Amino acid sequence: MPAIVVEGLERTFDEVLAVRGVDLEVAEGEIFGFLGPNGAGKTTTVRMLTTLLLPTGGRATVAGHDVVKEARSVRASIGVALQEAALDPLMTGRELIRLQATLQGLPGAEGRRRADDLLDRVDLAEAADRRVGTYSGGMQRRLDLAAALVHEPRVLFLDEPTTGLDPVSRKTIWEEVRTLNDEGTTVFLTTQYLEEADQLADNVAIIDRGNIVAEGTPESLKAQIGHPHIQLQLAEGSVAEAEEVCSGIGRLLPPTDAKTILVEVENGAGDIARVVRALDDAGIAVESLELVKPTLDDVFVAKTGHHLPKDEEPEAESEQVEA
Amino acid sequence: MSELAVNMRVVRALGMRSIRQTFRRPQLMAPIVVFPTLLLAIQTGGAGGAINLPGFPPVHSFLQFMVAGAMMQSLMLAGNSGGIALAVDIEMGFTDRLFSAPIPRYTIVLGRLAGTAALGFFAALWFLAIALIFGATIHSGVAGALIAIALVTATAMAVGGIGAAIALRTGSASVVQGLFPLVLVVLFLSSAFFPNELMIQPAKAIAEYNPLSFVVEGVRGPIISGIDANELLDAVLAILGIVVLGLALSARALRHRLRVG
Repeated sequence: MPAIVVEGLERTFDEVLAVRGVDLEVAEGEIFGFLGPNGAGKTTTVRMLTTLLLPTGGRATVAGHDVVKEARSVRASIGVALQEAALDPLMTGRELIRLQATLQGLPGAEGRRRADDLLDRVDLAEAADRRVGTYSGGMQRRLDLAAALVHEPRVLFLDEPTTGLDPVSRKTIWEEVRTLNDEGTTVFLTTQYLEEADQLADNVAIIDRGNIVAEGTPESLKAQIGHPHIQLQLAEGSVAEAEEVCSGIGRLLPPTDAKTILVEVENGAGDIARVVRALDDAGIAVESLELVKPTLDDVFVAKTGHHLPKDEEPEAESEQVEA
Repeated sequence: MSELAVNMRVVRALGMRSIRQTFRRPQLMAPIVVFPTLLLAIQTGGAGGAINLPGFPPVHSFLQFMVAGAMMQSLMLAGNSGGIALAVDIEMGFTDRLFSAPIPRYTIVLGRLAGTAALGFFAALWFLAIALIFGATIHSGVAGALIAIALVTATAMAVGGIGAAIALRTGSASVVQGLFPLVLVVLFLSSAFFPNELMIQPAKAIAEYNPLSFVVEGVRGPIISGIDANELLDAVLAILGIVVLGLALSARALRHRLRVG
């Protein structure tokens, strides 16, 4: 049974259709990346799936329960960490997790034990009795994540869990998400970071202006818009000769400068050795070689006609090999 | 454990959080304790001679008369502070944590009201202690003190319901805070600070029908004269009226909040 099924889900705010008939299916045990820019409808969709907002159209089930008719059963099955860590700065970390345990109906002793375990797990045991207001952004996100896990939910909703975090804190959250998923938790992750979706998600849906514009595995989405290409910087020898050699291996793309050739290859890294060997046989020296894969940003552009805002773009995805 | 017991655990936990939140946030605590205490000191020191006015109820001291008014002021501001705290929770998203938990949503409001009731209880103890320390007597003794404490605690919860309803409807701490002057107007248009018999129109007529006046008289009676069953009944009915109004408005506001997100 899928963990999440969404059919024609809609939400209108004062005549404005924020979510326009979204259809999704998330399998049990997968990490599902829900990708889109600010205002695309990600958070509105998550709020409907977590029963915080009533849909104005369509239907959705989470962990087998209807989000409208069986909202309480949905809430018992899910953990939620929303975009802005919903923490009380005046509470201590320990107080917050224990309160969350009570809200989830855990008996007192079990709640206290779970709180201690989780604080240890997210490396907040030492700070547990400090007020949350004194925590760094990364600590607050880890605490929020721990609170969402107190009842060992089947489905975990993470709404932009790393927005605003430094790279180290972001990697820590990613590792925790992977570990949770390895333990069997289904994760519904919204993000505006393409790299995050690419790194973590088994399947991705891209939402833009309230519509799902693409859905599939990151690799299949990238494959839809083309194969990776090898970018070669030549040390000596003519570009024309190198192009002739490489044309038997893959499709040549327009070069960017006089010393560079671009060869689109079907097998990605598997074709690197063929290219190097062929050039070596022809006596052409290569200064550097880079395998450039299509990114989710390329998918995003292809599907929506625009990029994510510049400061939200991931680092270029490439594997560079010094020849 | 039965579902009711689980829900009561949630109410208690949220009530405890509400109390901690108030004690840890001076701007919530100050109006409940400091402001009414200062006003009580100023009024008692400056207008003590009022007890000699014709028509003023027979009392040992102005403090004995005023202590019920101070309790009313404190509980009204506790209700307002509870509303502000709930609105802050909405603004910072903490209520999303509560709304996404598998608990009946009424427990969220009841938890807040339990906290406000506890603050009313503390306020009643505080002002009774001040009254006794500064020489006022409680005419009906321990029974009178217990009645006063019970009425103040219940009224704090009732008024908190209205504060919670406004917070849920607006989701804005500044809007709820903006009601502070209105709280004072409601207080001054009751018999909290001055006997109804000595007021002039139209304030006298308003105070006569102000539900708060019935509560004030219910609290004040055991302190200055004795336990009067009719006064007590009027106070209980007034509190019930405020409770029903507060809960009805809160339920409506809660539905609205869940509808608009």
